[in-house]
Amino acid sequence: MKSPFIAVSKSEFILYLREPSAFFFTLVFPLLMMLLFASMWGNDPFPGEEYGYVDFSVPAFMGLVMATSFIMSLTTSMAAYREKGVLKRFRAAPATPSSILIGQLSAVFAITVAGVILLLIAGIVFYDLRFLGNFFEFVFAFLLSAGSIAALGFIPASLAPTARSGVVIANIMYFPMLFLSGAALPWFMLPDLMKKISLVFPLTHAIKLMQGVWLGGHFWDYPVHLAVLTGFVFAGLFVSVRYFRWE
Amino acid sequence: MTDNVVTVRNLVKHYKDVKAVDGISFSVKRGEIFGIVGPNGAGKTTTIDCIAGMHRAYSGSIDVLGLDPVSDSIALKRRIGLQQQESEIPDRLRLREAMELFSSFYKKALDWKMLLEQLNLWEKKDSFYSALSGGQKKRLFVAMALIGDPEIVFLDEFTSGLDPQARISIWKLVGNLRDQGRTVVLSTHYMDEAERLCDRVAIVDHGKLAALDSPSDLIAAHGGHTRVYFDASEGFDGKSLSLLEGVESFVNRGDACTLEVNARSAIVEIVKTLDVMGQGLDSFRIEAPTLEDVFLNITGRQVRD
Repeated sequence: MKSPFIAVSKSEFILYLREPSAFFFTLVFPLLMMLLFASMWGNDPFPGEEYGYVDFSVPAFMGLVMATSFIMSLTTSMAAYREKGVLKRFRAAPATPSSILIGQLSAVFAITVAGVILLLIAGIVFYDLRFLGNFFEFVFAFLLSAGSIAALGFIPASLAPTARSGVVIANIMYFPMLFLSGAALPWFMLPDLMKKISLVFPLTHAIKLMQGVWLGGHFWDYPVHLAVLTGFVFAGLFVSVRYFRWE
Repeated sequence: MTDNVVTVRNLVKHYKDVKAVDGISFSVKRGEIFGIVGPNGAGKTTTIDCIAGMHRAYSGSIDVLGLDPVSDSIALKRRIGLQQQESEIPDRLRLREAMELFSSFYKKALDWKMLLEQLNLWEKKDSFYSALSGGQKKRLFVAMALIGDPEIVFLDEFTSGLDPQARISIWKLVGNLRDQGRTVVLSTHYMDEAERLCDRVAIVDHGKLAALDSPSDLIAAHGGHTRVYFDASEGFDGKSLSLLEGVESFVNRGDACTLEVNARSAIVEIVKTLDVMGQGLDSFRIEAPTLEDVFLNITGRQVRD
């Protein structure tokens, strides 16, 4: 007997590769965004700093990849499964909501890691990407960020009744987060009011934490970000498992 | 000890304000083929879904293999298989991938290659789900219902939309399931199918159980009379036929005559009489009552009304 969630992850991963548009949005779109901005601003160190635009923005684009996978891909695919009756078929088997959610999550996580690796390769090859932090601390910051964005994505993924509503909800969550959290545009360019609003999104905290650690900070320097991200992990898991809808 | 694998007592299930099932009780014995028949919307699917752990809320009690479909849902699903009327798998999953995926949910899964072969799907194993015909999809879902080597197999409207040939091949398979020692609970709105396959049939209408017995006993009790048809030659007078013992009625519409008889012995007398009268028997035809007649007599309407 194989483990159910390994089997779910495997088939979801295969399905993902057979879906060109999702593939484009997670792997290619963040890369193009990064290359576009990098071509405008280059990667020469900012005055008085050891890092330039690309060094600063690579962690932010990692946040973009996470949001695209864990909110867009996860929600739209689960909502479509729900509407079509795929979840109903899973429910007839001895499958638990967590095996389905975690299986889906591992598949999109693998894609996320691939997207991140593409960003790193492009940064290193074209812009001599600098990493100023501690590798293990960054891995921790990355995983916590991924966990909290995924847990947030679990909520609409568990509840959206139809494919259409799934797409709408995912867009409503995704686009404001995309522009306000620093994922697409540098956060420091936002007006103060927008900066304040952006703090409701876990993605803002995730990006700030990853940027901080990437540029040489320690994760314990960011207790607020850590607390918010951890809170989202638990809230998302609780809501999604408690209120999961099969049909 | 009774050997009931399913016991349903006073099951009631509402969808918003519609009562889909309105107080149904019955038991299914180990090893039998149990049919739930009735028109669309009678509550067949809801009943099966409640038994198979697909609903969290209903009133009444259900016991399946000693388990409760709500609180022991996962443990129950390891021991049963459900073929649903309306469920799907992702379009771009290949059959072999789907079978491997669903095998992973069971501790002792059957060999999916053998199942695909048995269901005539082996040559489709590399096809996408979306490329299957309706009948092939149906067979795939039967295969998926069997993959966990279930003690009870639930087949919901398992032949609707299939062509006659595909229906016959699935009928054979259902017989094999019983021979393997499995209990089969099926629903259908085809009365001929239920009559042919089932050891016992529950007739369901408007969410209530209208009758439950073996097809032959149901027919004996509610089927009505056997009918005899023949075309008479011109100027035929059937008075002598209607006086025969066991003949309930005689109707002569043009040349087409119909007799209803309450005993098979009357048929012999009818044939003899016709022979004496010099009537040819070319068009002579006997029609025994079927489950279709049982449904009509019990509910007052055709099953496909």
